[in-house]
Amino acid sequence: MLAEIIKVLLLLLLIVCAVSVNFTKSLLQSVIIFMAYSSIMCIIWVLMESPDLAITEAAVGAGISSVLFLLTLRKIRETDRGEDGGEEA
Amino acid sequence: MKAKETFLKWLDGDFDLLAHVADTDEHPDPGRAELKREKRHINRRIDSSKAEHRVERAEEKGFYALYTLVAVVSCVFLIGILLFTISSLPRYGVENPETTEVVRRYVENGLEETGAVNIVAGMILDYRAFDTLGESHVLFTALICVTILLRIDNKNMQSRYEDYFKIRMERYHELTGESIAKIVGMVLIPSIFLYGIYVLLNGQNGPGGGFSGGTVMGAGLIIFAATYGFDCVDRVFTAKRLNLLTFCALGFYSFAKGYVFFMGQNGYENHIPKGTPGAILSGGLILPLDIAVGLVVACTMFGFYSLFRRGSIGGGWKSDREL
Repeated sequence: MLAEIIKVLLLLLLIVCAVSVNFTKSLLQSVIIFMAYSSIMCIIWVLMESPDLAITEAAVGAGISSVLFLLTLRKIRETDRGEDGGEEA
Repeated sequence: MKAKETFLKWLDGDFDLLAHVADTDEHPDPGRAELKREKRHINRRIDSSKAEHRVERAEEKGFYALYTLVAVVSCVFLIGILLFTISSLPRYGVENPETTEVVRRYVENGLEETGAVNIVAGMILDYRAFDTLGESHVLFTALICVTILLRIDNKNMQSRYEDYFKIRMERYHELTGESIAKIVGMVLIPSIFLYGIYVLLNGQNGPGGGFSGGTVMGAGLIIFAATYGFDCVDRVFTAKRLNLLTFCALGFYSFAKGYVFFMGQNGYENHIPKGTPGAILSGGLILPLDIAVGLVVACTMFGFYSLFRRGSIGGGWKSDREL
């Protein structure tokens, strides 16, 4: 019974995360919510008895792809700042 | 000389600079008139551009409304298609000879035919090994594409010295700063690598396998590079070694699996010992193939990070030697 409740809660959280990624203004917040989504998905995989997928989800979804997103954000900000600076100078 | 005198007078409070400026309005000099004309021109241009902006904004509003409409419609359409597909799937857990035939074969004969306790590993690396080969090649191709897009060398640097010094500064901070991250890394990194190797080597016996183990190891490499700096990683991972490793792993995979499929298709024995199920050396080719896939994945993940972070793999920074 408890397991069922936890499952439903996790699925609801999943939907909340998926929707709120679209409605946040800040890109950094979207990336963090995406990480939370992957972590929740990882727990759901464990509950669905596929631990190998859970390992991969934790490493790729919450780890590597988020790192790549963050690096991309940094690159975008750098180029933005560079262009602004050029206009001012 | 006159300017100096005026300045001294102004310091003493005998001379009003603004009075002189006010005077010139009555006797307009050509430079000032030109300036005024320019200013008016600029103001007019600003006004007109404001009007343009207003028009653009109105157009954008229309565009966004259309965009939202199309997005909502396509979302609903996709959800409808997916729900329709789900409704036509067979019920979960119900025996159905058409759809469960292959699954039953895997579950009943999998251990015997592949020698792997973990049926999933037996499926993806034995029955459907070409799928996994394709996946590994997809990763390799992705790495090549990222290299094409993000690689920085002398030919495409924006401003050579700026980029170079930025990277130099980053390297300096990596080497000197953030001791907390380094200590945490000192504890975490070996355990991450051990766990990755454990997952990689036990793919045929338990959950895990090449892809999971490879990503865990790749994440460990990324943490290592982020805390201890790229200089530490560059001693092991030069671009040449990384490419060679990936090439060897993919080549070994292709040849090994090609051999097995060729022999199996023509009805020959392939002479690959299955081993006792449950031991580390079991499952025939599954363990070496897992290692190959894991190496490709780890190299790819680290390569992505390295290219995103500094635009080169393994310090292949040409100007490093030139400057």
